[in-house]
Amino acid sequence: MDILNALVAFLNFVFIPAAAYGAQLALGALGVTLIYGILRFSNFAHGDTMAFGTAITILTTWGLQSLGISLGVLPTALLALPVGIAATALLVLGTDRVVYRFYRAQKAAPIIFVMASVGVMFIMNGLTRLIIGVDDQRFDDGARFIINVRDFREWTGLAEGLALRSTQVLTLVVTAIVCGALFWFLNRTKKGKAMRAYSDNEDLALLSGIDPERVVRMTWIIAAALITIAGVLYGLDKSFRPFNYFQLLLPIFAAAIVGGLGSPLGAIAGGFLVAFSEVAVTYPWVKVAGYLAPGWQPDGLLQLLGTEYKFAVSFVILIVVLLFRPTGLFRGKSV
Amino acid sequence: MSDLDAAFGHRGNRDASLVNMHGRGVIDGTRPSGPTGPGHAGDPFLIGEGMTGGYGKGADILHDCTIAVERGQIAVIVGPNGAGKSTAMKAIFGMLNLRKGSVRLNGRDITALNPQDRVKAGMGFVPQVNNIFPSMTVEENLEMGAFIRSDDIRRTMEQVYDLFPAVAAKRRQAAGELSGGQRQQVAVGRALMTQPSVLMLDEPTAGVSPIVMDELFDRIIAIARGGLPVLMVEQNAKQAMMIADKAYVLVQGANAHTGTGHELMQNDEVRRTFLGG
Amino acid sequence: MSSNRQAAAASPWRAPILFAVLALLFVLEGTVRNGMFSGSWNTSLAILNMGLISAITALGVNMQWGYAGLFNAGVVGFLALGGLAPVLVSLPPVEGAWAAGGPRLILALLVGLGTLALAKIAYTRTGRAWTVALVLLAGFVAYRWLFDPAVTAIEANNSARAGNIGGLGLPILLSWIVGGAFAAAAAWAVGKVALGLRSDYLAIATLGIGEIIVAVLRNENWLARGVMNVTSIPRPVPYEIDLQQNPAFVDFAASWGFDAAEASGIWVKLCYMSLFLVVLLAIILLAELALKSPWGRMMRAIRDNETAAEAMGKDVTARHLQIFILGSAVIGVAGAMMITLDGLMAPNSYNPLRYTFLIWVMVVVGGSGNNWGAVLGAVLIWFLWIKAEVWGPNLIGALVGPLPDGDVKSHLLNSAAHMRFIAMGLVLLLVLRFAPRGLVPER
Repeated sequence: MDILNALVAFLNFVFIPAAAYGAQLALGALGVTLIYGILRFSNFAHGDTMAFGTAITILTTWGLQSLGISLGVLPTALLALPVGIAATALLVLGTDRVVYRFYRAQKAAPIIFVMASVGVMFIMNGLTRLIIGVDDQRFDDGARFIINVRDFREWTGLAEGLALRSTQVLTLVVTAIVCGALFWFLNRTKKGKAMRAYSDNEDLALLSGIDPERVVRMTWIIAAALITIAGVLYGLDKSFRPFNYFQLLLPIFAAAIVGGLGSPLGAIAGGFLVAFSEVAVTYPWVKVAGYLAPGWQPDGLLQLLGTEYKFAVSFVILIVVLLFRPTGLFRGKSV
Repeated sequence: MSDLDAAFGHRGNRDASLVNMHGRGVIDGTRPSGPTGPGHAGDPFLIGEGMTGGYGKGADILHDCTIAVERGQIAVIVGPNGAGKSTAMKAIFGMLNLRKGSVRLNGRDITALNPQDRVKAGMGFVPQVNNIFPSMTVEENLEMGAFIRSDDIRRTMEQVYDLFPAVAAKRRQAAGELSGGQRQQVAVGRALMTQPSVLMLDEPTAGVSPIVMDELFDRIIAIARGGLPVLMVEQNAKQAMMIADKAYVLVQGANAHTGTGHELMQNDEVRRTFLGG
Repeated sequence: MSSNRQAAAASPWRAPILFAVLALLFVLEGTVRNGMFSGSWNTSLAILNMGLISAITALGVNMQWGYAGLFNAGVVGFLALGGLAPVLVSLPPVEGAWAAGGPRLILALLVGLGTLALAKIAYTRTGRAWTVALVLLAGFVAYRWLFDPAVTAIEANNSARAGNIGGLGLPILLSWIVGGAFAAAAAWAVGKVALGLRSDYLAIATLGIGEIIVAVLRNENWLARGVMNVTSIPRPVPYEIDLQQNPAFVDFAASWGFDAAEASGIWVKLCYMSLFLVVLLAIILLAELALKSPWGRMMRAIRDNETAAEAMGKDVTARHLQIFILGSAVIGVAGAMMITLDGLMAPNSYNPLRYTFLIWVMVVVGGSGNNWGAVLGAVLIWFLWIKAEVWGPNLIGALVGPLPDGDVKSHLLNSAAHMRFIAMGLVLLLVLRFAPRGLVPER
C-alpha cells in the first residue's frame, strides 16, 4: 500500500480542483441567495449576468495587455476586475430601475419578478454575444503554477506528481477574503443588518426607518460584485464560454438550495458540497486505488459517472438533501 | 385587484425554488409624505378625529371615528370582532386612506405623512403579527428599532432590558426562537428603541397565556407611568379596561361608548354586550 | 397603476383580429419580396410548421402553468425525450445490434429501475439511511456490470454507420404517442420527488432533469448515436423527389403556375401542416373540454385558492402531479413531431434558451391560462424569432451604413444576428409591463 502517493493523487485530481470549483460555485450561490432573500425571487438572469461581467473584465484585460500593463506573476484580469464589477453593477442597477422597481412599487407577486428575470436573461445573453461573441476565450496570464508536477516529484521523490495552479490558489484566497468581508458586512455593520432585517420582515424594516430602495440597491451591487468575481475566477481557472456560464445556473442554484435558500453560510457550504460531489463522482479512481491496493487490477476506470453527467450530480445532491432536510442544510427562508 | 395580480394570480407561489414568500411586506414604501400642518388648540397629545376611510379603494370601514390619548395615560380600543379596532389604529398610523378626518400628534397635523415618517415624528408602532425580525438576535432587533437614531443607543437598550429582564437574558438568541410572550416583549422593546413620544400596540396579548398576559399588562402600565402615552387595541376587554385611563368601545367602525375604564365597566350596556354580564 | 391597465373585459374580437394579423404576416412572407419578407411560400410554410410545433409545446406548458401554476424550467428535456421516440420506434432495426447486447441492456435498465424501487421500499420499511445506501450501491454495481459490456458491444456493431440499438420499424405517427408517454414517465418521476415536499422545488428539479436528459442523448451513443446524430428518420408524408418524378404532380403544379421543385416543397409542407393542425386542434379541444369538466373546475379552484381547496379535502399535490404529467406528455408529443419534421435527431441542437425559455416567452406573451393565447403567442413569437435573424442585420446594416469600413462596423454587422435575443427579452418585458395578462387574456 502506498498511502502517500494515493494521497497526492487524491489531492491533485480531486481535492484541489474541487476546492477551487467549490469556491467559484459558493460565490455564485451567495449572489443567488442574497437576491432570493432580499428581492424574493430566483434570478434566472444570474448566469448571463455572470457572463456579462466576465466579458467586460476580459475586454479590459485585453486592453491592459495591449498597453503593456500587467501584474507580474498575478493575472492581469485582477486589475481589470474592478472595471468588470463596476460595469456589471451599473447594468444590474439600470435593470432594476427600468424593470424591477416598477413591480416593487406595485407590491407585485415575486413570480412576476421571475418572469421579468427571464426577459432580462435574454437581453443579457444578447448583450454578451454582441460584445464578445459565443466562442471560447482564454485570458489568463502571469505565473501558471505555484507548484508544478516535475518540481514536486523532484522535491518529494514520489512517483505521483502534484500541480498547484496559481488560479486555484488565487480562487481560494479571493473567495476567503470576499466571504470574510461579506459576513463582516452582514453581521457587523448597520447597513448589513438593515439588509438582513429587510429580508426577515419587509414591513417592520420599513417601520424601523430602513429605506427599502437603498437595501435593494446595495443588494444588487453586492450580487454584481460576487458573480463577476465568481465568473472571472471560473474563467481564469477553466475558460470563458458564455453558454457554459448559462449552464452554471444549475449547480449554482443547487448549491444555494442545498445550503438553504436565503442563508449565506448555506450558500458557501452548498457550493463546496456540490463541487466535491461532482468531482468525486466523475473522477476515475483507478489511479488512487492502484496505490492503495497494488495487487488489484480493476477492469474499469472506477468512475461512477462520466464527466458529461456532472450536472446529474448537482441534481441528485439536491434531491437527497431536500428529501431529508426540506429547508436545506442551514435553515433557509424556504419554509 | 390590480391587473398584475390578475395576470398571474397565485401561480408559482408554492415553488420555493422560484419565489420567497417569507417576510414579504404589504405596505407601499414608495408613497411620499405630504406636508404637516399646525395642531388645534387644546388637543390631546395624540388624536385621530372624525376618521372615515378604508383600505385602498375598498369600502369605508371607519365612520367618523375619534380616538385620543393624553400625556402619561393609557387609552384602549375595545369592541367586538370586526368592529374596526385594528383598522382605527392603522388609520392613526397612516396605513389607511382617510377620506375625512385628521390625525394630530403633539401639536402637529400629520394626516398627510406616510407610516415611515410618522415613526420619525414620534410614533412607536407594534403590529399584531410579524412584529419582530425572527432570524436576528434580540439585541439586533433592538438595534434595528433604533435604526433612525444616530446618537448612542446603549442607554435606551439598557432601559429596555431593565423593563424586560426575561429577554435581557436572551439577548444573543434569535428572536424567532423565543416564546410567544417573550417575542411580544422584544416587539415592544424594538418600538421603544426609537424613543417614541407615543407607543401604539395592536393586540399585544393575542395568543399568549393569561399569566404572560398579566405580566405584559404590568409592563405596559410601567411604561405609561414612566410618562410615555400608550394607545392599545385589546380583545381582552375586561383586563384592558381595568388598566385604561380612557377606553373607546367601537362598533362597526364608529364610536359606541367612550369614557374612563372604570366608567365603562359600570355601564350596563357595555357590561352586557362586551364583558359577558 | 393606469399604465398597466388592460380592458377588464377584453373585446370578443380581440383574438380573431390578432389571429387575422398573424395570418397576414404569413401571407406577406409568402408573397411579398422585400427587405422584410422573403416572398417564398416554402419559407413561410416552414416557419408556420415549426410555429405549430411550438404552439403544441406552448399548450403543454400552458396546461402546467396556466391551469396549475407549475413552473417547468426543463421544457427542453421533455422535448428531447419526446424526440427520442421516433428514433426508437420508427427507425428500421439495426442489424446485429439486438443480438450484440439487447437483452443484457434491457436487463441492466430493469436492474437499475428495480434498485431505485428497492431503495424506496427499504427506506419506507426500515428508514435507515445506510440500508438504503447499501441497496443503492449493490444495485449500481450490478447495473454497471450488466450495462457496460452491453453498451460496448452495441456501439461496436457497425460503428461507422450505426452503433446504436436501432428502432422497431413501426409507423412514425405511433412514435408521437410514444414520445408523449416517454415525457409523461419522466414527468411522473420528477413530479413525484419535487412536488409535495414541504414546499415545491419543481423549477430547479425540472431545470436539472432537462440538462440531464439532453446530456444522456448527447453521450449515450447506443441510444440515438449521440452527437453523431441520427438522420433519415421516416416520414409520414411524401418525399419531394418522388413528387417531382410524378408526372401527375408536375402537371398539377404547372396548372397553378409553380415549377415542380418549388411545388413539391410546398406540398410536403402543407401535408405536415395539416397533420400538425389536426394534432393541435385535438389537443386544444381536449384541453378545453377538460377545463370545463368538474376536473377542470377543481384545477382552477385549487390554483385560485390552494388553502381553501386543501381545507375542502382536495389532494393538491396529486392534482398538481396529474397536470404536470399531462402537460409534459403534450410537450413530449411536440418533441416527437419536431424530430419527424426535421428528419434528424441532433442532440447538440437542444439549447435551453431556445427550447425552454423561448417557449415561456410564447406562453406569457400569448396569455397565461388561455389556450388560444398560447397558440397565438407561440406562432407569433416563432415568426419574430426567425425573422429577427433577417431583420436584425438589415437594421444594423442600414444604421451603420454611413460609418467608415473598419473593425467596429464589421463587428457590429457580424454580431447583428444576436440582436434577436435582445429583441425577445424586450418583447417579454414590454408585455409583462403593459399587458401582463398577455395578448389574449384568460377569461
